Amino acid sequence: MDFFKRLDIKIITVLLMLYTIIGGFLMPVPKIPILNESIRNQYFHVSMWFSMMIVLIISVVYAIRYLSNGKIHDDIISLETANAGVILGILGLITGSIWAKFTWGAFWSGDPKQNGAAIALLIYLAYFVLRGSFTDPQQRARISAIYNIFAFSTLIPLLYILPRLTDSLHPGSGGNPGFNIYDLDNSMRMVFYPSIIGWTMLILWISSLRVRMTLLKEKIDDN
Amino acid sequence: MIPNQFPLFKEVFALMIKDFRLEWRNRYALNGILLYVFCTIFICYIAFEVKSSVIAPETWNTVFWIILVFSAVNSIVKTFIQESSDRFYYYFQTCSPLSVIISKVFYNVFLMLLLSALAFLFYSLVLGNPLADIALFITTLLLGSLSFSIALSLISAIASKTGNASTLMVILGFPVIIPILLILIKLSEYALTGIENVQISNLILQLLGINLIMGSLTYLLFPYLWRS
Repeated sequence: MDFFKRLDIKIITVLLMLYTIIGGFLMPVPKIPILNESIRNQYFHVSMWFSMMIVLIISVVYAIRYLSNGKIHDDIISLETANAGVILGILGLITGSIWAKFTWGAFWSGDPKQNGAAIALLIYLAYFVLRGSFTDPQQRARISAIYNIFAFSTLIPLLYILPRLTDSLHPGSGGNPGFNIYDLDNSMRMVFYPSIIGWTMLILWISSLRVRMTLLKEKIDDN
Repeated sequence: MIPNQFPLFKEVFALMIKDFRLEWRNRYALNGILLYVFCTIFICYIAFEVKSSVIAPETWNTVFWIILVFSAVNSIVKTFIQESSDRFYYYFQTCSPLSVIISKVFYNVFLMLLLSALAFLFYSLVLGNPLADIALFITTLLLGSLSFSIALSLISAIASKTGNASTLMVILGFPVIIPILLILIKLSEYALTGIENVQISNLILQLLGINLIMGSLTYLLFPYLWRS
């Protein structure tokens, strides 16, 4: 996590985010009926979900590391990356609902993918409630690491398996084409891939700051 | 009755017998939960004014499963908190964690089967029975008892480590239960109409898949929880 103390990394993150936002709104996109300009949501909604998955994978990896070595530092990283993942998840749900309003006709249509995402977010929100109910830091770290692994393992079927088995309007499930066919247009790829890296780096930067803050707070409390 | 060359089975069996005996001696949990279920059903009877009006089959179905979910959460939360933590130190010395969790899951399956059977009998006695395909509904009940027990046993073990187990049980358990509940409600809707549908076997497979995931997670994670 010390990676984000470096100035060049910070500059790259800022440039990538500027490119994502300016390029995402202004660069040419393919004209597709119904989707029209809403296709630009791919740079926000889709890439946010991608980086949410990356961040949550980091979180569960640190949870497993905590269970094997018992270092409280790993638990703090696991907590803050889970926090970041939930924020991206909420943003992804909001951007997805706005997109759904213009293409499906309603903010929330009870689609399996939407419901799965909402349930997955509830499971992760319960993680924070669980953490709050312990006073002993070692026990809190251990049990929330176990719950983190549990939450991540339920996230995969909720988001990627169950919606595929039922009828879903969401691109990529229920027989609908995924983003790959629109993505063949090279002009979209030029923004899409940098945007995933940009969102991931931005959120990891934020969580690295929070990890450092928590560590400092613990140092103060110990003295 | 159980051959000695399977020590795990022997341990599981002994622990289950112990759980049943414990329950039989004070009957505190079982009676409390049964009273809870009967009261809720009676409240539904009064609230729906069954004598003068007819309940739509969808409402009948949804209300039944909601009652069952709440009673499942309330009965499974007691799995780990009804025994004192001192006794768990004793188990920690004498049994493997796997036999503890397997015995608890099996015990919960039996408890849920009993509870759902009694709830179904009383519910159909009081609120009527619009089912067209009883066999499918009973299969759904069996699957539901199995799924609730498997999904909630690990959650109850996690919740028992905290100060306020019953609140935590609801917060942690409900999101996990929702996907299972949706499949169960869909299945019993097919049982209400009685129409043969290809979706039925699909849904049952999905439910068994979820159980497989939950079961293996419980199997993998419980030993870590046990150590703390």
